[in-house]
Amino acid sequence: MAYPAAVREAWLAELAGIREKGIYKEERFIHSPQAAHISVEFPSGSALREVVNLCANNYLGLSSHPEVIAAAHKALDERGYGMSRVRFICGTQDLHRQLEQKLTEFLGTEDTILFPSCLDANAGVFEAVLGPDDVMISDRLVHASIVDGIRLCKAMHDTYKHCDMGHLEEKLREHQDKRVRLVITDGVFSMDGDFAPLDEIVALAEKYNAMVFLDDSHASGFIGRTGRGVHEHFGVMGRIDIITTTLGKALGGASGGCVSGRKEIVELCRQKARPYLFSNAVPPPIAASAIKVLEILSATTERRDKLEVNATFWRRGLIDAGFVIKDGESPIVPVMLFNAKLAQDIARDLYYEGIYVVGFFFPVVAAGQARIRTQLSADHDIPMLERALESFKKVGAKYGILGLDKKGIIAKYGL
Amino acid sequence: MKEMIIEYIKKEYLDEDEADDMTLDENTPLISSGIVDSFSMVSLKRFLEKKYGVMLPDEEATPQAFDTVTSIIALVNKHLAKKGA
Repeated sequence: MAYPAAVREAWLAELAGIREKGIYKEERFIHSPQAAHISVEFPSGSALREVVNLCANNYLGLSSHPEVIAAAHKALDERGYGMSRVRFICGTQDLHRQLEQKLTEFLGTEDTILFPSCLDANAGVFEAVLGPDDVMISDRLVHASIVDGIRLCKAMHDTYKHCDMGHLEEKLREHQDKRVRLVITDGVFSMDGDFAPLDEIVALAEKYNAMVFLDDSHASGFIGRTGRGVHEHFGVMGRIDIITTTLGKALGGASGGCVSGRKEIVELCRQKARPYLFSNAVPPPIAASAIKVLEILSATTERRDKLEVNATFWRRGLIDAGFVIKDGESPIVPVMLFNAKLAQDIARDLYYEGIYVVGFFFPVVAAGQARIRTQLSADHDIPMLERALESFKKVGAKYGILGLDKKGIIAKYGL
Repeated sequence: MKEMIIEYIKKEYLDEDEADDMTLDENTPLISSGIVDSFSMVSLKRFLEKKYGVMLPDEEATPQAFDTVTSIIALVNKHLAKKGA
């Protein structure tokens, strides 16, 4: 064993640098199931605090839903805990294939393949289907896992300004010499909560003979009239070539992801995608619970409807209170503070008011765009959100930002 | 060369209102300030290669080398000189 002192010193210095920049990440220990109300130990060793959770991806409140838990228990008893193998050797149960078929039906595609996570799906899919004669043209704000997947692929890569269809069209024209042009976008962008204009993207893709990739992780289960995703919202179901999504957010919240889309693409992933080939199968209890989630969501839109009501109430409440928020329709509602320290101070004060939120700042979001990202759940109810709004107003008033616009906040706190 | 590169950066990376508000000169940090992110700098690299007829190897086209227009010009000039030699 050799652990050279110089290497250790270098890593310690790097860690110190992360702390100095104020971007050191600390975990907060939750002593309860994931839900709208949670019991949190923070800082480590502190007494537990009951808080309203406004930062989970538990959009439909299914993470701790009794039917989902029961499905997991049943599968645990009947099919065991883990598969101890990758899918293609001896890691596939009928549950895995059933889940893939349910996802195909739910998303309106031709076929689906499960991955250990959506990060893995994004890491594996581009390399499996594209080569040096192809080009990937991505929105500049796509998720980090897509960036990693693109970097692993030998196809040419280009980007277009966030949701800028004129710029995308320029790029599509520029790359007409390529075999495949794949336009890559998130459905709902996780930091801003805005939608990709998918109807326009599909129209441009059809005009310029391009394919479309959609990561719908922050939409599957609740965006669109029946919760199928952003492609349903914009009326372009069946016209997206590749959809990746996660089971780790609205669809149960445990883990797992998938590539869903053209049959041949899915088949190529099954043959070539490295995270699929070299990582264990999704555990049986998770597969069974995800099937249950899709059954619940196919039977009723009650939960996504409630989420929509909550999100509309929350957006209106924040605007009326005098906060600056990012426009949009999704349950991701960023409260804009622009200054990184202000975002952290307000998040901390809110925690002591019983509201769990997190401040985000550069480099996670663009410089000068610091914010608190709030996320709604169908598990919230209006009285709970009313109380949360009172806490936001109290802390907002303390910092004197209520009623200030972007320029006003920047004038008061700088960037 | 300087004006040409600044013009391209404004058009490729900034929205119209940002381009009007911002003073962008040869020493403005590009990558470290977030104006250009390292993921999107590929189009700037391709623009330079096409415009000036040089190949900028990936190991030299680093976020550091692309952080200001001055350092970009130095890199392009180095490869232009090599090409001319």
